[in-house]
Amino acid sequence: MDFLTDSDRPIYIQLSDWIADMIIQGAVKEGEQVPSTTEISVTCKVNPATALKGINMLVDKNVLYKKRGVGMFVSEGAVKILKEERKRDFQEAYVKTMADEAKKLGIGKKEIIAMIERSFEE
Amino acid sequence: MSVIRLDGVTKYFGKKAALDGVSAEFETGRIYGLLGRNGAGKSTLINSVCNRVRINKGEISLDGERLQENDKALGHIYAMSEGVNLPGDMRISSAFKVTGDFYPNFDNEYAGELAKRFGLDVKKRLGRLSTGYRTIAKIIIALSSGAEFIFLDEPVLGLDANHRELFYRLLVERFIDSGCCMVVSTHLIDECANLFEHVIIIDKGKVICSESAETLLNEGCAITGSAAAVDRFCKDMDILSQSSMGGIKSVYVRGRPESVPNGLEISKPDMQQIFVSITGGQEGEGDTK
Repeated sequence: MDFLTDSDRPIYIQLSDWIADMIIQGAVKEGEQVPSTTEISVTCKVNPATALKGINMLVDKNVLYKKRGVGMFVSEGAVKILKEERKRDFQEAYVKTMADEAKKLGIGKKEIIAMIERSFEE
Repeated sequence: MSVIRLDGVTKYFGKKAALDGVSAEFETGRIYGLLGRNGAGKSTLINSVCNRVRINKGEISLDGERLQENDKALGHIYAMSEGVNLPGDMRISSAFKVTGDFYPNFDNEYAGELAKRFGLDVKKRLGRLSTGYRTIAKIIIALSSGAEFIFLDEPVLGLDANHRELFYRLLVERFIDSGCCMVVSTHLIDECANLFEHVIIIDKGKVICSESAETLLNEGCAITGSAAAVDRFCKDMDILSQSSMGGIKSVYVRGRPESVPNGLEISKPDMQQIFVSITGGQEGEGDTK
């Protein structure tokens, strides 16, 4: 599978984001099973240790949990956890960057809000 | 866990040292990438481990037991090499059987299943196979050998894209099922870079890098921009390689600066680029520190 195309980020983070995306988009629902590390490493042709590291990132965030001998499942409340994390990232990656650039260009707060409103209407 | 240890292994062909004081370790439960340019010594290293060539100096051991001339210990190691070590008029099904005589854990059923998945007719004779199918036959035997250590020397030689894809999947499957040690020597680094947990690079018979894949990938970065700006910014850095086109210059440096000035771009190189830069550039020249 060729979703691991971004060479600038470690593979395990890309894997973790890929699973997070599936959960946010509802492709895998809360309480449902996600692909095992074996399936992931075979399908994506990555080292099983890398796949495990990606999965464990989501376990640490309480997005996934392990059922012994069965596999990995999506926790209740996983979507909420992920969306809140993405919102924080959005603030960092987009809003803060935008504000910095706006200050540089001398665009005021009101002007920015007007710009955002225009973009929403388009 | 079992481990094969090479300690100061040296092998001469005439006056030329094909291996020059090589020390390395291979553990079960790991996939290794064995990388090197043509003639770097990859095949000699593999052939030394499985006792196909006699080394001149050094020690090779399996869990502390000397490997040279030790048939019992060698039964834990399977090496798929460039040549076919079986007679050309032998049928593939017989090749499976013969391998099973030497490797008691050879899985004949699994071999048959793999032959089906690759579309290989086991009634065919080895000598009649195309380059691609000869490789496939060797891959099947290696993966079915049941050995604890499987060395694969250029395992995708002549394989088309679909078969390569299938091979990588099977490699991971087999690795997970058996927990064995897989050592893959290849030129197609990009295709399997993500499979490796550990990478060993040899150059002119010496190990010049032995590193976890993650460390290797995070060790350096590429900085690109106008030649003058790149030179100014990178003047105190450890530059591993550089290339330029027109006024644009790209250097690969050790470490990663926190930020770069406007106009310069920073990117993470892939394993192929790292390999090229530490083995001395595409033309075999350049900065080889």
